[in-house]
Amino acid sequence: MTLVVTVNGVRHERAVEPRLLLSDFLRHELGLTGTHVGCEHGVCGACTVLLDGEAERSCLMFAVQADGHDVATVEGLSDGSEGGDALHPLQAAFREAHGLQCGFCTPGVLMTLVPFLREHPDPDEREIREALSGNLCRCTGYQNIVAAVRLACGTPPSPRA
Amino acid sequence: MAPPPPRARSGIGARVRRNEDARLLTGRALFVDDVPLDGPLHVAFLRSQHAHARLTSVDASAARARPGVAAVYTAADLGAYWRPGPLLVPPPPIPGLVFNACTQVPLARDKLRHVGEPIAMVVAESRYLAEDALDDIVVEADPLPAVVELEAALAPEAPRVHEHLPSNLAAHAVQRKGDYPRAKARAHAVIRRRFRYDRGASAAIENRAVAAQWDARAEELTVWDTTQAPIPIRNGLAQRLGLLESQVRVVAPFVGGGFGPKIMMFYPEEVLVPWAAMRLGRPVKWTEDRQENFFATTQERGQIHDAELAVAKDGKILGVRDVFLHDTGAYDPYGLTVPINSQCTLLGPYDVPSYESEFTAIFTNKTIVTPVRGAGRQHGVFVIERLLDFAAKELGLDRAEIRRKNLLRPDQFPFNNEILFQDSAPLTYDSGDYEPALDEALEAIDYKRFLREEQRRLRAAGRHVGIGVVCYVEGTGIGPYEGARVTVEPSGRVRLATGVGTQGQGHFTVFAQIVAEVLGVDVGEVHVVTGDTREFHWGTGTFASRGAVVAGSACHAAAVRVREKILELASRELAAAPADLVLAGGRVHLRGDSKGGIALGTLALKANPLRGAVRPGAEPGLEATAYFGPDRGSTANGVHAMVVEVDPETAQVEIKRYVVVHDCGRVINPMIVEGQIHGGVAHGIGNSFYEQLVYDDEGQLLNASFMDYLLPTATDVPNVETTHRETPSPLNPMGVKGVGEAGAIPTGALFAQAVEDALADAGLEICEIPLSPNRLFELISASRVRSR
Repeated sequence: MTLVVTVNGVRHERAVEPRLLLSDFLRHELGLTGTHVGCEHGVCGACTVLLDGEAERSCLMFAVQADGHDVATVEGLSDGSEGGDALHPLQAAFREAHGLQCGFCTPGVLMTLVPFLREHPDPDEREIREALSGNLCRCTGYQNIVAAVRLACGTPPSPRA
Repeated sequence: MAPPPPRARSGIGARVRRNEDARLLTGRALFVDDVPLDGPLHVAFLRSQHAHARLTSVDASAARARPGVAAVYTAADLGAYWRPGPLLVPPPPIPGLVFNACTQVPLARDKLRHVGEPIAMVVAESRYLAEDALDDIVVEADPLPAVVELEAALAPEAPRVHEHLPSNLAAHAVQRKGDYPRAKARAHAVIRRRFRYDRGASAAIENRAVAAQWDARAEELTVWDTTQAPIPIRNGLAQRLGLLESQVRVVAPFVGGGFGPKIMMFYPEEVLVPWAAMRLGRPVKWTEDRQENFFATTQERGQIHDAELAVAKDGKILGVRDVFLHDTGAYDPYGLTVPINSQCTLLGPYDVPSYESEFTAIFTNKTIVTPVRGAGRQHGVFVIERLLDFAAKELGLDRAEIRRKNLLRPDQFPFNNEILFQDSAPLTYDSGDYEPALDEALEAIDYKRFLREEQRRLRAAGRHVGIGVVCYVEGTGIGPYEGARVTVEPSGRVRLATGVGTQGQGHFTVFAQIVAEVLGVDVGEVHVVTGDTREFHWGTGTFASRGAVVAGSACHAAAVRVREKILELASRELAAAPADLVLAGGRVHLRGDSKGGIALGTLALKANPLRGAVRPGAEPGLEATAYFGPDRGSTANGVHAMVVEVDPETAQVEIKRYVVVHDCGRVINPMIVEGQIHGGVAHGIGNSFYEQLVYDDEGQLLNASFMDYLLPTATDVPNVETTHRETPSPLNPMGVKGVGEAGAIPTGALFAQAVEDALADAGLEICEIPLSPNRLFELISASRVRSR
């Protein structure tokens, strides 16, 4: 099937198998390997991308379902050059607060948080943790991810943390 | 406590943000599945559906005929390349030890020994096609009864996992210290219990992956592997494939979490994918999926302990006897590391005058057991800490005070426990200051006031709140050795290469901090390369909380040598004595003249002249390689305390507070150490209350997905309040100890104690981990029935 999709602002037209997952399309057809695959059954959240601005699990979608839609991946968040200024404020906050260790779950976490923070610019800790509850992280214990979100929003760190 | 030493801005001890983060945050970091390959073939494995069966035939002809399939390999197709993997860790020389080595095979030949064991390998134009072809393979196998339960496994009528052995016994070892029978005879009380710890998954979010490319012109094999041990993988592959070690390059790029199973080698996929790439002349890649990970990636933690504590009336430990069974799974390539860690770590931070520990390791028809974060230490801590809790109750002592009474004193170090550790060296604690750590934890969690006021008040209001406090030690930083090469480049930037790969521990930053401090440069100017055998090819790997200790010390030693070279050359250039020179801001200058002097990059150019003569014996450049191998491991310690509230109707546990006081010697980067602890505690909480691999009596794993196997999420893990203490290790120049596994080690013991305290009115005893709401509910109900 022919698929026409815009990814990070660039239009792509490709012939793909109907069964090709969106995650595999992004990673292996477009070379956008920042979107990671951790479970392929929609639980870990590592593959989260934005579809028309909303967080979606790219491992639970076929690429053809993205036909005519606008996809954003972690590569589109910033221009990626070295130096703090080039990072998206959320990325910079993650670096500052040590919100990542191995970094494998991180792209999915970021792409989950972008629409969340758009709708909840001043979340409290409970809201942040609920927003993150669909993303598994084995390294950080989530504490510094929460701290990074608070930092990005300009809210003070939680007491005793 | 003495005030902490002043923190440097960017060197050792500084809270420096990480050098690697920009790459990871922007999606540019390279993981194995990201490696761009030219026209790769993709692999899928046909895996055993049986836990135990005789394999009678594998017919792959239909699969081979499927369009898009390049090759299908079975054990028969491997020819002489088929042979069992190496015994990774030969057991220590314990007198009387029995050890039966049965290591894993690349593809099953006659017998299937666990669900998920690979039977055939399909190589095709895409992973999708390779998986299609798995359905074409016809396997005939006669199921056999499975060995699942540890206690039944040694019965004379039990089926045997390895039929050439007389039983399922994989190993038997006894270690002794002092005279336990005598201690028992004069004890005021002997506390006896049976304890169980069950399996969990390591569950790194990145599954395993191997990609390989054979360059026939250059006769070079490149392998990208999610391993924690790229150098041993390179050496082993070269040997297996008949290549020079220098013809094989193994790269462990960014690895998405290790936690132990990625140090295991050789996984079948690691020997098969490179072999297929050479044979087929095309790049070949395999990436594990999550379901495979649940069956084919190693696991840990099945043990049953029958333990007793001989204790005096005042709570002093007179001796411990522990007899335990250890589940090693279908094969035992990792030797006895896990049960020996259990055996050794049981002694904890306490003065235990007599000890008898006997274990039997058992083959079962389950996934292979190798270390997972903590690596057997959890079990030892669980047993001693629970025994102390029960002793305190029986003797009418406070839980914290019975611990205090038995802690080793600072004047007892180095303290020889008189048994052998996993590294074959005597289990000797290098340094420690245990009692202040306990006090600090008790103060942080407000232990006395909680028991005296808060708990009473809340209990009176019908709420079930409990507190726990446990102590632990962690043997870290074992040998044999690691190395590092430090080079000052003409740009003034510093390059640091070391063999230990990274799985998120911050190597790009911590090692850079060490070098930056020695050379007086900014941390951001130190470019670290790890885990690529072309860059550095001596070393063993990332395990046993040893990166900062062993590789970090090698980085330090190499940087010190480069510093000497810098000072020697600069003293000639600046006509000054080395003692009058200062390295700072990327320059060498005379003391008091920070604007003057010479840039390190300029010196590097001068150290590598294009023409002219050099002094006799001169080495080019500002570069040095150094190695570090400690005599033995350094022992970190800590105290965890927590307050929980339990709803006895739903058996849900809410962690109200979690306090960690830990001592890993000198801290290189407190931010990174805290991160290691947070993650360890979360892993420990998962092990304690959410995660359990449930096998049925046929050896089938019943919950092999993240829908059924619950990893803790952001709403399950509390904020951890962490305090660092620093008792330097005398075994390395920086005084550091390891911390990677610490957080995960005492959590089970703590969880059990705090939940039991919260449910004191139910009178239950918790002697098992993992719990779950269901299991806790059963324990509560059983205890109510008993008390009726």
